[in-house]
Amino acid sequence: METTLVQNLPEVTAAGVIIKAIIILAVISAIAGFGTYIERKVLAFMQRRLGPMHVGPYGLLQLVADGIKLFTKEDIVPQNANSLIFKIAPSITAATAFIALAAVPVFPDFTIPEWIPLLGGVFVPSIAADLNIGILFVLGMMAAGLYGPLLAGMAQANKWGIIGAARTAIQFLSYEVVTGLSILAPIMLVGSLSFVDFNNAQAGGISHWLIWQQPVAFVLFLIAGFAETNRTPFDLLEHEAEIVSGYATEYSGMRWGMFFIGEYANMITISIIAAVVFLGGYSEVGIGWLTIILKVGFFFFLMLWVRAAWPHVRPDQLMWLCWKVLMPIAVINVVITGIVMMV
Amino acid sequence: MSLEQFKNRNVGTQDYKLLDLGQSPTEGMDKFYQVVRRTFKGELFVGLWVTMREMINALFKGNMHTVKYPFEKLPISPRYRAIHDMLRLLESGHYRCIGCGLCEKICISNCITMDTRYDENQRKEVSEYTINFGRCIFCGYCAEVCPELAIVHGPRYETASEQRASFSLFEDMLTPIDKLNLQQEYDGFGAVSPNADENIKKTPLAY
Repeated sequence: METTLVQNLPEVTAAGVIIKAIIILAVISAIAGFGTYIERKVLAFMQRRLGPMHVGPYGLLQLVADGIKLFTKEDIVPQNANSLIFKIAPSITAATAFIALAAVPVFPDFTIPEWIPLLGGVFVPSIAADLNIGILFVLGMMAAGLYGPLLAGMAQANKWGIIGAARTAIQFLSYEVVTGLSILAPIMLVGSLSFVDFNNAQAGGISHWLIWQQPVAFVLFLIAGFAETNRTPFDLLEHEAEIVSGYATEYSGMRWGMFFIGEYANMITISIIAAVVFLGGYSEVGIGWLTIILKVGFFFFLMLWVRAAWPHVRPDQLMWLCWKVLMPIAVINVVITGIVMMV
Repeated sequence: MSLEQFKNRNVGTQDYKLLDLGQSPTEGMDKFYQVVRRTFKGELFVGLWVTMREMINALFKGNMHTVKYPFEKLPISPRYRAIHDMLRLLESGHYRCIGCGLCEKICISNCITMDTRYDENQRKEVSEYTINFGRCIFCGYCAEVCPELAIVHGPRYETASEQRASFSLFEDMLTPIDKLNLQQEYDGFGAVSPNADENIKKTPLAY
């Protein structure tokens, strides 16, 4: 089925790619903004609070109020900071997060209906840039994303920032290893780096999902994904209890906001990768786009849920977990997968 | 938890239980076993379940603990002592303060200021009475010494203001004349005793 599907695809035009890029930018940045509202609400409910309630019905317009606040706050550049690097660091985080999404299938393919003027009949691909090395590109882009917090922490003349930057380096670099190794086993099984191939390999329903063949890799990928997106059990970069918001100490206004748009976009990227690689992706029996939204929504909720439930780990525990536990398990998993495939 | 457990301060007689934490492993192999044991124990999922249970209770079983403060308020204890109230006499509606100045004298944070004069009937009248709530520490001495129970601490606890030294005038603290039937009486020195009616005897003017 896979081969015929690829041959029967309509032609991918520049218009389709541009539409896809706009959809990704609009939808993901909207979801990233809305994610802050969801996070506050979910955390509040789990702590038996109400959360934001006063701006709009059920506090829904809190997102708009936050946007106005972030855009109108004073843009402070500290006196001894390296001004240029200080200013571009937030853009690096946000940009790499969205560039990574270029190779990620957010929704299935669709063709815009003919009755819509100007754009009728344009085929919109599932991926803006269907690289045949999709996973490698996404992982590489997310690894490049570490320059955002790293440069931000080092550019500001602030000790908390320096500690945050140091933690950025150790945490992101170390957990890159686990992410790469854990996702290597599914790559070996499918034999491709393209997300579309992953999706098509699991098209046969729930029993074909790779999570049943690679449960260990799935758990490792989730743990590493939490660390890569700087979510709570591993959010040492801006550990507010130890280092006053770490690499973002001196940031204010929209520069601070861009770090968080990037973080939420990364959360969505990790959720989509987990859904596509391990949980069957978007084209299965039933409504493809709805199932992937549900899966991504579940992973997004899981990140908030874990934040409400679990405490932070110390930096030494973080490194211990990465290099003494997760990395060996990932290597063993890859070796066993290889042996099973050869036999 | 019953009240008895709070009242009983003798820790030794209560049935506290020591948690069985076991011993921390020192050998490498023991540490490894501990890691494996903890990995497969699923305690992290217990934590996840606890938060999920709280969320379900909060959302669907009305176990939400938020008080939407400016719109709804928790009942406060009758012993709560906040912004002062100046009381009126229940019979005549005239204010009780006789201008003796004891509250001003005893005020340890020096926040009460009063001025008195004689009115046209040569009775003492309070012409000016302010309490600086920026300085007041709500010690309650003024209410303690007042011989007429004219100044008491009321239940009004919303004391946020735009000025640091916000003060209150006598008229602001005085019970409004139309709310006189709602005025709450406080027990204490100078209060009318509960059996006041029985104790009244006819003044012997007949001699």
